[in-house]
Parts: sequence; structure tokens; C-alpha cells
Amino acid sequence: MAESLTRPLLQDRELLAPRQSELKRIVSAFLLSKIATLGALIFVLFLLITILAPVLAPHDPALQDLKRRLAPPVGLGMEGASWEYPLGNDNLGRDILSRLLVGSRVSFVVGVTTILLSASVGSLIGAISGFYRGPLDNVVMRFVDIWMAFPGLLLAIAFGAALGPGLVNLILALSLTNWVVYCRVVRAEVLSIRERDYVMAAQIVGASDLWVILRHVLPNIMAPILVISTLRMGTVIISEASLNFLGIGVQSSMPTWGGMLSDGREFMRNAWWLATFPGIAISIVVLGVNLLGDGLRDALDPRLRHR
Amino acid sequence: MQYLLRRLVLIVPVLFGVSVIVFTIMHVIPGDPVQLMFAGTGAGAEQREAMRHALGLDLPLPVQYVNYVSRVIRGDLGQSVHFRQPVLELILERMPATIELTLVGLIIALAVAFPIGSLSALKRYTLTDYIVMTGATLGISLPTFWIGIMLIMLVAVNLGWLPSFGRIDYVVHPQRITGFLLIDSLFTWNIPALKNALAHLALPALALGTATATFSTRFIRSSMLEVIGQDYVVVARAKGLRERVLFARHVLRNALIPVVTLIGLQMGGLLGGAVVTETIFAWPGMGRLVIQAIYNRDFVLVQGVVLFFALIRVTINLLTDVLYVWIDPRIGHI
Repeated sequence: MAESLTRPLLQDRELLAPRQSELKRIVSAFLLSKIATLGALIFVLFLLITILAPVLAPHDPALQDLKRRLAPPVGLGMEGASWEYPLGNDNLGRDILSRLLVGSRVSFVVGVTTILLSASVGSLIGAISGFYRGPLDNVVMRFVDIWMAFPGLLLAIAFGAALGPGLVNLILALSLTNWVVYCRVVRAEVLSIRERDYVMAAQIVGASDLWVILRHVLPNIMAPILVISTLRMGTVIISEASLNFLGIGVQSSMPTWGGMLSDGREFMRNAWWLATFPGIAISIVVLGVNLLGDGLRDALDPRLRHR
Repeated sequence: MQYLLRRLVLIVPVLFGVSVIVFTIMHVIPGDPVQLMFAGTGAGAEQREAMRHALGLDLPLPVQYVNYVSRVIRGDLGQSVHFRQPVLELILERMPATIELTLVGLIIALAVAFPIGSLSALKRYTLTDYIVMTGATLGISLPTFWIGIMLIMLVAVNLGWLPSFGRIDYVVHPQRITGFLLIDSLFTWNIPALKNALAHLALPALALGTATATFSTRFIRSSMLEVIGQDYVVVARAKGLRERVLFARHVLRNALIPVVTLIGLQMGGLLGGAVVTETIFAWPGMGRLVIQAIYNRDFVLVQGVVLFFALIRVTINLLTDVLYVWIDPRIGHI
């Protein structure tokens, strides 16, 4: 005790120490949760599959083998099943496994890009609105209210229809729907952060607004942004699949899980596997990101655990 | 009362904004609507120009917007190019189907979520709780349209228990009073029609309800946990109140308040989900109408339906707010 009092109070190492231990605590809390680790594993696997899809796919996803139209998957003792096509073939004789693997790319690219785009735009608008408050904040919040008046998926459908088919347009339509979520949360966080002593201290010593936002506000809102992003990713992937299912997504020549489900619907009576496997794929990936998001939230904010 | 008035006044700018957004979305469409209207008819440039003039599409955008809003206020949402019918008429014809589906979906969701979520909260950290939470997390990950397809495949196609498309069989004709088939057949005491309508409603409402139930279960569990942790519950328990009485008298009533919030929160998801569910089950509601309109590039109709969806959402938000004040009068004074 006496010794600690004689040491200089602020040593660099000590200043850093709490931060390091905080990071350690977060990582260990995350890893301790088996469910969160499972979510992370699913997500990494999903990432690897999207990168390696062309190598992993046993066949060309567009290759039609009309002799194998609606051939069943293996392992169920059904006639016509072949290990060469483990998940069976679709109505045009295309390999379902290869289409699933390649189709994962659209879900991943749309999911990640939409989140990045809506998180950066939404957070920026939210941060500015919360930081400056006043009439600007009022206008932004009324705008958010208006945006929230539309059911999310319907707005995405309307934007998708107006913009036309295509990967970029699909990402735009979904981002236009999602940015408000970030805007609201970040604004609320910034409203409380800007009142903290360290922000005022920085302003008193003459730091510019930009500096304060970048140096003091942004690092403190990264945790909620990260948590919402992971949890929203599942919703975005489901919306992407819904739009592709409805035929308002990417061009029909590109295999997507939603598109495969839509094609498979016609053959529910005699070939259930067409609509079943893409649905399972979507569910596993969305489950993975949801578990990851829950785990991150628990690790970053222990107060919210078990909610 | 004052709160209600303030809330009503606040709706005006929201509706104004909604109309601007709907108008803008439909004006960023690539391609000329008149060109689309006359596609394949061999109409000449002169006819197209005359139509453009008749529709007011040759006017500057702000003028077009003012014209649009003044028409909407008068209840004129335009004419559907594909159906050759007024848009408002088409929407009103289908609105009861959508509301019926969404409400029954919501009832199913709450009927499942409330008891299960409460049970999970009361038995926190037990096996029951873990099973419920795992089930809810799994459920949130299932896309509504996939649940719908699986239900059709299992219950309608394989087991043949329930019909998989439409709202009622063509041979059954309940008298149309409100447009809500369940209400109309009850009013006229037409039991075969009621049974038929319920059978048709079961699968789509279940698909829509399942997706909502999973989120609701988690929400109800956490709000119930909050109530259980309150001082008055701890005191009541310390007094030696029996668990059953404690739950009925102190926990349940207070846990009902967040359910109203939940309804407001879930309505957006339910209405959005209805668009997809209606398409899968060929349910003749507004959701299927908007998708048909998009396929037919009937943008006047798309505009009308999107506007109506927003209107329903805003109305429900208002109703839940009013209900909120009614249940918990403290809120109105904030």
C-alpha cells in the first residue's frame, strides 16, 4: 500500500492495464460461452465456404443434366440417388450442393455490404444528430419516424422494385431500409456520451468537434454498433432471401438461396429436397450470426446478459 | 386527452413524409410508365404524349407531387393499369384479408409466447428455460417463407389435412358484410363457411405467427424477469404470499404492459411478413396485390398499396400508444 502511494500515479503501463484486462475479460467471456463460440464457428465456416465456393463445388452450378432431373439426395434409400450429387438435382438437373455453395456468396456479400453501408451512414447521421442536438436533431428524428412508418420488408420490396434487379440495387434497397436502426441507437448513445466529463474536458482544451467525435465519441459507440450489426445481419440475410424468393433480387441467372427456394416450391409434391436444403442453409447461417450477436452482446455488456 | 391530441397532431407530419417517400420511390423507377402502359399495343408517339399529358406526367415534379397529394386526400389513388379498376377499390377489397391474417397471426404468436415466455422466466436457469430459449433462438433464425413452404409440404401436401392456398373454397359463399370472413360467417351464422375460412386461415396464420412468436417469447421472458425482480414482488414474497397468488396479483398485471409495446413492435414485422406469406399461400390480400403489381409493373397500384401499409402501421402505433396510456396512466403525464 505504502509502496503504491510512493509511485507516480499515472504510468503508461497502468493507464493501459485496465483496457487490456477489459479486452481479456471480453474475449474470455465470449469464449466461455459455448453457444457464442458455436455461432462464431458457423460464421467462420460460412465465410470460408463463400471464399472457396468455386473450389468446393463439385459441379458447375449452371450445368444442366436433364437425365438427372429431380434426382433425390443420398442416404434415404431413394432410387436414382448418387454420391456424385449428394443433395440431389433440381428441376433442370443442376447439382443442388454446388448451387447451395455458390449461392452462399450472394447471401454473404449482400449481408456484409448492407451492414457496412447502413452502419456507416446510419451511425454517422445518428452521431451528428445526437452531438449537435437542436433543430437538426429534430429534423433527423422526424425523418426516422417517417421511415419507421413503413414495414421494413415492404420498404425493401418497394425500393427493390423501383431500382430494378441486380446485386448493387439489392444492397442499396436493403441498406435504405436498415440505416434507421443505427441512426436511432447511435443518436441515443451519443446524447449520453456528449455529457460525459471527458468530452467536456476535450472541448474545453479546444478540441474541434470532428476530433471529439472521432477520438472520444466513436470509440465509445463501437460496442453497440458491433452488437447490432451482428444481430441485424441475420435479418438482412432473411430479407435478401425473401427478395430473391419474390424475384425482386439479383438476376435470375445467379444462384441464390431464396431463388432456389422459389424454384423448389413448384416441386413440393414430388421433390421436397429442392425447397428444403436452401431453407436449412439460410436457417443455419442466420442461427450462427444470431448466436454470435448474442454472445458479443453478453461479452460486451454484462448487464444485458440472459435477456 | 391532451396526450392523445398531441399524438394525433404528430401524425400529420409523418403522413406527409410518408407521401413524399412513396411519391419519390415511384419516381426513381427507371423507364417511362407511359411506355410500359402501351408496351406491345403499338401506340404511336402522339398517343403516348397525349396519355402523358392526361396523367400530368409532363408537369414539373413538385407540381406533380401537389397534384398527387390533393388527389390522395380526396381518396383518389389513381387507376390500376393492369386491373383497369380504381386503386382504392382494389385495396379496400383486399384489406380485410390482410388484417384478418395479421391479427390471427398475432393472436397465435401471443397465445404461444405469453405462457411459454412467462414459464421460462419463472423457471429461470432450469432445463425448461434453456429448452425454451434454445427453441426461440432457433425459431428466430427460420425465414417466414420457409416455414410457410414446410407447412404446406407437411400438412397440406403430405397429410392432406388443410388447404394450402386461397381464403375460402369457391363453392362456399358467405354474405359479405365487413369483408372479414370470420366475422361475416359468424354474423350470418354460416358455420360451414366459418369452418372453411378457418381451415384456409390456419396454415398462413401459423407461418406468420411462428416467426413472431419466437421474438415475442424472448421479449416476454425478459420483461417478466424485470417484474419479478421488482421490490414489491420481493416484499410480497417475503410476506409469505403463495407463488400462485403472487403471480396472478403482482406479476401478471404488470407484465401485461410491455405486451402492448410488443404488439406495436411486432406489427411492422407482421405486415412485412404478410407480403411474403400471402404470396406463398395465394392469400388474396394487399401483400399479394403489391407483388402482383410489381410483376405487372403497375406502379400506380404499388404506390397505393405501400401508402396503405404505412397508414395501417401508423394507425396501429397510435392505437397501441392510446392503449398504453389507458393501461398505465402514468405515461400520459410524462
